[in-house]
Amino acid sequence: MTYDLLVNGKKYVVDVDGDIPLLWVLRDTIGLTGTKFGCGIAMCGACTVQVDGVPVRSCVVPVAEAAAKPITTIEAIGETAEGARVQKAWLDIDVVQCGYCQSGQIMSATAFLAANPSPTDEDIDAVMAGNICRCGTYPRIRAAIKLAAAGR
Amino acid sequence: MAVHDKLTLPVSRRHFLIGASLTGAGLVIGLQPSPSSAAAEAFEPNAFIRIPADGKVVFVMPSVEMGQGIYTSVAMLLAEELEVSLDQVELEHAPADPTRYANPLLGDQITGGSIAIRAVYEPMRKAGAAARIMLVNAAARGWGVGPETCSAEAGHVVHAASGRRAAYGSLIQAAAAEAVPQEMPLKPASSFKLIGHSVRRLDSPEKVNGTAKFGIDARPEGVSYAAIAICPHFGGKLRAVEDGPARAVKGVKQVVRIEDAVAVVADNTGAARKGLAALAIEWEPGPNGTLSLLDLEKRAEEAIGGNALTHINEGDVAKAATEHGPALEFVYRLPILTHSAMEPMNCTLHVRSDGCDVWVGTQVMGRAREAVADVTGLPLEKVVVHNHLLGGGFGRRLDVDGIILAAKIANQVDGPVKVTWSREEDIRHDCYRYLNYSKVTATLGADGMPVSWRHRVIGPAVMARWLPAFTRDGIDLDIMAGAETPYAIPNKYTDFVRHEAPEGMLTGNWRGVGATRNLPAIEGGIDELAHAAGVDPLEYRRRLLQHKPRLLAALDLAAEKAGWATALPAGKGRGIALSEDFGSFAAMISEVSVGEDGSLKTERIICAVDCGQVINPDTVEAQIQSGIIYGLSAALYGRITVQNGAVVEGNFDDSPVLRINETPKIEVHIVPSSEAPGGIGEVGTPGVAPSLLNAIFVATGKRLRSLPIDHNELRRA
Repeated sequence: MTYDLLVNGKKYVVDVDGDIPLLWVLRDTIGLTGTKFGCGIAMCGACTVQVDGVPVRSCVVPVAEAAAKPITTIEAIGETAEGARVQKAWLDIDVVQCGYCQSGQIMSATAFLAANPSPTDEDIDAVMAGNICRCGTYPRIRAAIKLAAAGR
Repeated sequence: MAVHDKLTLPVSRRHFLIGASLTGAGLVIGLQPSPSSAAAEAFEPNAFIRIPADGKVVFVMPSVEMGQGIYTSVAMLLAEELEVSLDQVELEHAPADPTRYANPLLGDQITGGSIAIRAVYEPMRKAGAAARIMLVNAAARGWGVGPETCSAEAGHVVHAASGRRAAYGSLIQAAAAEAVPQEMPLKPASSFKLIGHSVRRLDSPEKVNGTAKFGIDARPEGVSYAAIAICPHFGGKLRAVEDGPARAVKGVKQVVRIEDAVAVVADNTGAARKGLAALAIEWEPGPNGTLSLLDLEKRAEEAIGGNALTHINEGDVAKAATEHGPALEFVYRLPILTHSAMEPMNCTLHVRSDGCDVWVGTQVMGRAREAVADVTGLPLEKVVVHNHLLGGGFGRRLDVDGIILAAKIANQVDGPVKVTWSREEDIRHDCYRYLNYSKVTATLGADGMPVSWRHRVIGPAVMARWLPAFTRDGIDLDIMAGAETPYAIPNKYTDFVRHEAPEGMLTGNWRGVGATRNLPAIEGGIDELAHAAGVDPLEYRRRLLQHKPRLLAALDLAAEKAGWATALPAGKGRGIALSEDFGSFAAMISEVSVGEDGSLKTERIICAVDCGQVINPDTVEAQIQSGIIYGLSAALYGRITVQNGAVVEGNFDDSPVLRINETPKIEVHIVPSSEAPGGIGEVGTPGVAPSLLNAIFVATGKRLRSLPIDHNELRRA
């Protein structure tokens, strides 16, 4: 059956089974490849997007559940004030290495900062522990989140 | 800056022979002179630089970017001598072409072994200098002045006396007609504008806004998507598959069978995965179908007493051992490890009767092309490899098994197909860092200092398969890296027992390569000797390193920063590990606290590193942090188990890796140096495990000799 998706302010009609994870519809059907596949079981956070402003692991969200709700991906997160601030902090600290997990890191960090504008190290660790980075950019992710928070 | 996947270069180009003299295979970097022709659309003085008329400067990257920052560092080297600013620069992936883009020290188009900067530090600067000289000569000729009266700055040639300036883009026709210089004098370090100064990575912007393209992001027109199930048993085969329910899944187009795998092809990866889950597959377990990890460990244990090949024999170990003693003897045992790069294995191919395109991120561009030519039967020149950014390499993408598998599937599919492995396939079909055991026997003199050191290394000869030039008389020179220790010990003997994984279980290189295999035994071992001698482990090492000033300086700096002289309370400890590899010298000190219940907390890790002339200090810091976290992940969690000839673990739930909340404070201190640049991508990894083991000993009195660290062994209560 078909589903109406509202991604980054644009409407898409996709013809897929309702249990297909949102991740693959975004990447393969719509062509927004900034959202990454890492584990398929919501353990690594690489596929994080925001649905209704809430960060979700798109690898385990059936497309039917996301239909008709506003979905924001890494491609458009910079259009929000919070997202732009996080991306700028990421550049100022030069967080990235291979970069593969960073879409998910930024999506998680953006939602987190929106909810907690002045996080402590412990707050950062608690929330960002859901996003794996194999290059070990964690020290710089901490620094960038604090910088983004300070730049409010 | 944008990283382009542009493979079509202007037809006319001029090459020059850089003529760097090289070690080992005696290769010459990259470039064969080729016939030049006039009317260039762009000035292309060599394989690495292209200057079109529009004011851009394009740099073609001979190494691949997998996070280590090499694109930025190589751009800095080229720009330093070409006299352009980095914001003028666009980067382009090199095509598969070992004749022009081989790493001169490895003799092939390979990115690995932390060897890129060591190999290209001079050649890239010469490439930049040659282009600049030709541009300056062209401008001077046009102005009727001597080239020595002109200079280059920020992409312009300048004649200061007359105030004339010409942008490089305006000189491309004239420069192409200039003779390639034979001499390319290079700037002294005191004149460096870029080298040695921290610059931001050139690939950051696209990696924070989602536009960076990794291999898994390739979407050629008309692409289909495949999910794959590979026979879980090493060396096993596909016996039968019932695919009716899979074919009924919406979006599924085709089920492809090959000898040891099944793939479901669909119009999106989600449908392909759903179809794959609906398959009823019967596997033929093959000859290893009953193997367990216990069996593999038992075989490795037996190999300790196996036939060994002598590697280093200095002095007379046997005589020293009888004159002194008693001997201290210990065995260190390392587990099977995965790479677990964030980007799961994937490869996209379009196989046609007249050629093939391949979209992938690989550390071995040339081999990728050869592998696809081999599987498809196409001539090499008909295979085009479009390289991409790599979502982590760590040695996993030094092998082409995933490309071969994808090519076999693509051979049966009309149109382009992207094969994406699940995380489970990625973990269960890695090219593993295999079991590695080390037996050390040492004797101390009356003063407590070692008089003999005997180190037997038991493990696979990865290089025999992967790069035979790095073997000698049957000995894998990589696995033996540093086995003799940097310490002044008068009698040393090292030998190698080749011990391979069962047939069908691929083993390969892992970040830190030989050093990660040997350092636990060496640095754990020297700590054991210090303890036996009743000497502080810092002081013990210092006495044995008087002939190693660079390592000693790194050690002293790390000790100072760690506050080695200040005592720690009970239950806490600091441990040292030194490494000398990849042309760099590193001293690491870990500080841990261990609870009565055996719970371990890594409080902080300090690393002092001398990597010679630094290109981008910010990258050195990032890579040491990165290497440490990678090593810490392995030391705490890295362990693959085997049952029924298949890997048990499958995802980040049962094969955990370090997360941000477990990441200790990491301090990186660079020892200033004007020596030749060393590698940095792997330098942070090897010292982590041994420095932790040594710190745990101080904290608990328990000497662990196996990895990963077993908390149960740390319980005191």
